[in-house]
Amino acid sequence: MSIDTETARRVAKLARIAVEEDRLPALAEEFNAILGFIEQLQEVDVEGVEPMVSVTPMRLPRREDAVTDGNQQDKVLSNAPDAREGFFAVPKVVE
Amino acid sequence: MSDLNTLTIADARDALRKGETTSVALTEACLAAIEGAGALGAFVHNTPELALDRAAQADARIQTGEAPAMCGIPLGIKDLFCTEGVPSQAASRILEGFKPEYESTVSQKLRDAGSVMLGKLNMDEFAMGSSNETSFYGNAVNPWRRQNDSADLAPGGSSGGSASAVAADLCLAATGTDTGGSIRQPAAFTGIVGLKPTYGRCSRWGIVAFASSLDQAGPMTKTVRDAAIMMQAMAGHDPKDSTSADIPVPDFEAALSGDIRGKVIGIPKEYRMEGMPAEIETLWAEGTAMLRDAGAEIRDITLPHTKYALPAYYVIAPAEASSNLARYDGVRFGHRAALAAGDGITEMYEKTRAEGFGDEVQRRVMIGTYVLSAGFYDAYYNRARRVRALIKQDFDTVFEAGVDAILTPATPSAAFELGREVSDPVEMYLNDVFTVTVNLAGLPGIAVPTGLNGEGLPLGLQLIGKPWGEADLLNTAYALESAAGFVAKPTAWW
Repeated sequence: MSIDTETARRVAKLARIAVEEDRLPALAEEFNAILGFIEQLQEVDVEGVEPMVSVTPMRLPRREDAVTDGNQQDKVLSNAPDAREGFFAVPKVVE
Repeated sequence: MSDLNTLTIADARDALRKGETTSVALTEACLAAIEGAGALGAFVHNTPELALDRAAQADARIQTGEAPAMCGIPLGIKDLFCTEGVPSQAASRILEGFKPEYESTVSQKLRDAGSVMLGKLNMDEFAMGSSNETSFYGNAVNPWRRQNDSADLAPGGSSGGSASAVAADLCLAATGTDTGGSIRQPAAFTGIVGLKPTYGRCSRWGIVAFASSLDQAGPMTKTVRDAAIMMQAMAGHDPKDSTSADIPVPDFEAALSGDIRGKVIGIPKEYRMEGMPAEIETLWAEGTAMLRDAGAEIRDITLPHTKYALPAYYVIAPAEASSNLARYDGVRFGHRAALAAGDGITEMYEKTRAEGFGDEVQRRVMIGTYVLSAGFYDAYYNRARRVRALIKQDFDTVFEAGVDAILTPATPSAAFELGREVSDPVEMYLNDVFTVTVNLAGLPGIAVPTGLNGEGLPLGLQLIGKPWGEADLLNTAYALESAAGFVAKPTAWW
């Protein structure tokens, strides 16, 4: 499996990371080095082996469906780059 | 008492209880040491007022005669832990200015036990790295140097600041986190003890997430006894982390008898890597002999899927990271890029993440995105999770056959130079070759310093234990530590 510039562009887009056009070939090369390393996994016989979900076999605990926290709007917004009138503010989403 | 900052937790605890010193005095000694150690780049956010305030409270509590062991002990906290009102940015630009309104469970437990936070410690960005060189803050430096050589060496990573600070006596101990070796490799590079507990022993709540199925917090200390004492305060069930185990926490320090007669120690043949330096080979053989002399039975074992641990890790960890790091979008916290006229929300995400994440983080997020994308999910991600199941099975088989602990080298080399050219990212990944299996299998592992190499640098061995067997593992580590008698300290140049 080899990653070309086009695939690198698509992956960057999916990851929502802006990558300059002239950086893409080098990025594709780095991906290929890492994927080449990962490729060894294809040698392993995994027939009949279930993919691991959790190292400790466990059923996720359940809890009462109750409100245990809240009423701290100021704290929730205190680290926002742009908060206005009790909301997170972002650039216009819908034209 | 002089040089209070050089004390172990155990000695400081005893001195505090006897009234021979105070937490304020210990804290002042550490703050002075930190002040003079800027060249190490270990502490990145100092909180001296907070520290002295908590130290005074600790002294009052010790006076009552009912203080826990960690009360009054000055600690460094890795920047990955969210600490209330104190910058917590995982050494990343994308969390610049972030001051959590809450405290991580582990640092809260240490606070509740009366310990004193001196400040936040340097690390690789989002805990991704093995040399602390991916930090937005700049490098942390190893206090150790080669004999007759002034080159700056890496303290290891990702908990490089923690390792550097403990080894240089800037604090009595520090917290670390370990996803693929991030406590044990830096501990080995700096001649200290580092324990990664069983997955689920510590709550992950409030610790900036890297790879949630692998991340665990643990202590980085000067001795095995200190690791036992500090682990006690960090461990325990937390309803806020559904993967934290609701089982009793044993008394770790009480388990340190040093008696390992009859214990079976496994020596895995797959860890004898091709091209392994002779000094590592020798260290491992000496460690094996020490445990044999202490009365343990040495048994050759096989962990056949070892070779596939790193490749499986470099699918699973980036996959989880790409998902976890999706939250850094410039909306709720941290950095937001300046936008050009007409930029919409997608441009805001893309520019913010390009500016906020460093190269290694970007690389891993994108690799993770790729292995999880339609068409590759099965071939990469699911296959890696199957191989992970086989790696765990290797350990299960060995433990079922009666092995109590496994002895391996901690790292494939001593500390290397900072700034060396790494053309291939995979080359750096090989640092974790001996430690990463332990995370994939969710086991406890501890690095113990056992010797110096020909250039005067510390080297460490790793002991791997059974799930939830930290008490027994710490006791074996204690026996190894006692036999090795490692007491060397770096000569101060900073």
